[in-house]
Amino acid sequence: MKRTTTVIVGAGQSGLAMSRELAARGVDHVILERGKVANSWRTERWESLRLLTPNWMNGLPGAMYAGHDRDGYMSVAELIIRFKNYARATNAPVMTETSVLRIAPFLKGYRVQTDQGAIDCECVVVATGAATLASRPGFAADLPGDIAQFTPLDYKRPGDLPPGKILVVGASASGTQIAREIQSSGREVTLAVGEHVRVPRIFRDADILTWMKITGRWSERFDQVEDLDRQRRLPSLQLTGEARGNPLDLNALQDIGIELVGRMVAIRDGAALFSGSLSNVCAAADLKMDRLLNGFDTWATEAGLQPFVDPSYKLPRTRIPTAPRLSIDLVREGFGAVVWATGFRPDHSWIDLPVFDRKGHIQHQGGVVCRGLYVMGLPFLRRRKSTFIDGAGDDARDLTTHLVDSCRQTIAA
Amino acid sequence: MTVHTEIKANNGVDTEALMGARGAFEQMPEAAAFTFRSDCSWIEGTYSTNNLNGYFGLGQEHARKKTYTIESDHPEVFHAADRAPTPPEIVLAALASCLTGGVASVAQHRGIQLNSVNVIVEGDVDVRGILGMDPDIRNGFSAIRATFDIDADASAEDIAALVSQSQKRSAVFDILTNPTNVHVSVA
Repeated sequence: MKRTTTVIVGAGQSGLAMSRELAARGVDHVILERGKVANSWRTERWESLRLLTPNWMNGLPGAMYAGHDRDGYMSVAELIIRFKNYARATNAPVMTETSVLRIAPFLKGYRVQTDQGAIDCECVVVATGAATLASRPGFAADLPGDIAQFTPLDYKRPGDLPPGKILVVGASASGTQIAREIQSSGREVTLAVGEHVRVPRIFRDADILTWMKITGRWSERFDQVEDLDRQRRLPSLQLTGEARGNPLDLNALQDIGIELVGRMVAIRDGAALFSGSLSNVCAAADLKMDRLLNGFDTWATEAGLQPFVDPSYKLPRTRIPTAPRLSIDLVREGFGAVVWATGFRPDHSWIDLPVFDRKGHIQHQGGVVCRGLYVMGLPFLRRRKSTFIDGAGDDARDLTTHLVDSCRQTIAA
Repeated sequence: MTVHTEIKANNGVDTEALMGARGAFEQMPEAAAFTFRSDCSWIEGTYSTNNLNGYFGLGQEHARKKTYTIESDHPEVFHAADRAPTPPEIVLAALASCLTGGVASVAQHRGIQLNSVNVIVEGDVDVRGILGMDPDIRNGFSAIRATFDIDADASAEDIAALVSQSQKRSAVFDILTNPTNVHVSVA
């Protein structure tokens, strides 16, 4: 039987950052990785994807970005190389090709069952990410059988799609990027739009995430925000890794010929049905964006930065089609595929502990689940940036402090 | 970023109690299952009257102190006696009241004092649908427009946000914008 103090599950940004922090505090540990380092980045992303955060925000603890293109957005291929080098440079004890089957309490700690044998430990850090599974609405099962289905986890490139029109469901970061790429490849795309978070890529000549960062919003803590549950449920920002205007803005998507419809709500007799609420979800997104940008303006004025940044401006309202279609007969109208960009969820099915709420979400206080069990990389885990590369370092440092303190108490007891 | 104002607005909505209910339903989700009903009887022609009293909620049946009535009829242009609004107009009225109540509740929650709220709700309908003249024309409204006129101690943006949030949380807005399975049977 193998023994270690801490088992980290997953060798992505969270697991690698945690490993580096634990090593710095002298805590012995292993990282279990079902594939290779950065597995989900290698296997579950589409080909053209670039990071949504500018490069200067894509460092890991002790390895800040030092390349030439600080304001650029790196490709996933580059990120994988960086993670691989980081794992090597930090001597991260990664056991690759090792899938965790189950964790359960054992003595004063946990027994981690893997397909390579069991490991006993005092602490487990679940660093498998927030996007292991693609969520689809229940009615996806009613889709006519001859229409292909994709999710952002298995969609790779437009050329893989069957012939015909494409319905993309969901207008957050994944849905809008995929819709744009498919439409640009010469296909006809309809985009179903529910609640979404509209932001410009660049505002007053600075990246929107630079604004988030310098105003402190990016690092806002879980114990300091109003209505944390709602913050954790917010859809992702409509952003793509390209520094110009925002090609994912619903106005820009309509300009290249994408048809907008409301949130998809049902399939009835082979017809996709859409909500009549498109106008309100767009109005709400415009209002929230204005509020965010006004906050940046106020901050810039108060900080005395006004002379150094471009003057403020208001973005055009989202254009709503006069009569967005409420129903589309997918087969009759020649749709070949549906891409469900309707969100992601973590896969915690291997955690055999009573730590889940009624809806199956793992319950935690800023990443602390219960004694010796930690989770990382979930939306607003400890900070607004917790799901971003940039957030892994700070969260890992905090959780390492907690872990070291509670281990010490256990030993003392 | 939510900004808390200390100014006490009074729109007559007890949002604190509603927030308390949220906490209670968190613990006992089954108590949140309500069933509302209307009991309608035909009088004559297209004239009918609804009695509304009992409803189920919080795990039990409730009876009101008073029974409300909503009557409906068709107008003279449809060769009826015009004794009450048409059913689709009642739907528009339901949307108007639902959004208006929502505006008041959200304003209360956000500490915004309302001075006056008015909303005009219009629905377009091509009656050739109801008359079965063209299968491509639907029976119901092809579009509904609601236009608010609100006087409140708040900026134009904050007022727009009230109206947006009230749509987001409105039962009737949801009923009208999303499909609902409707089961009709004969007892």
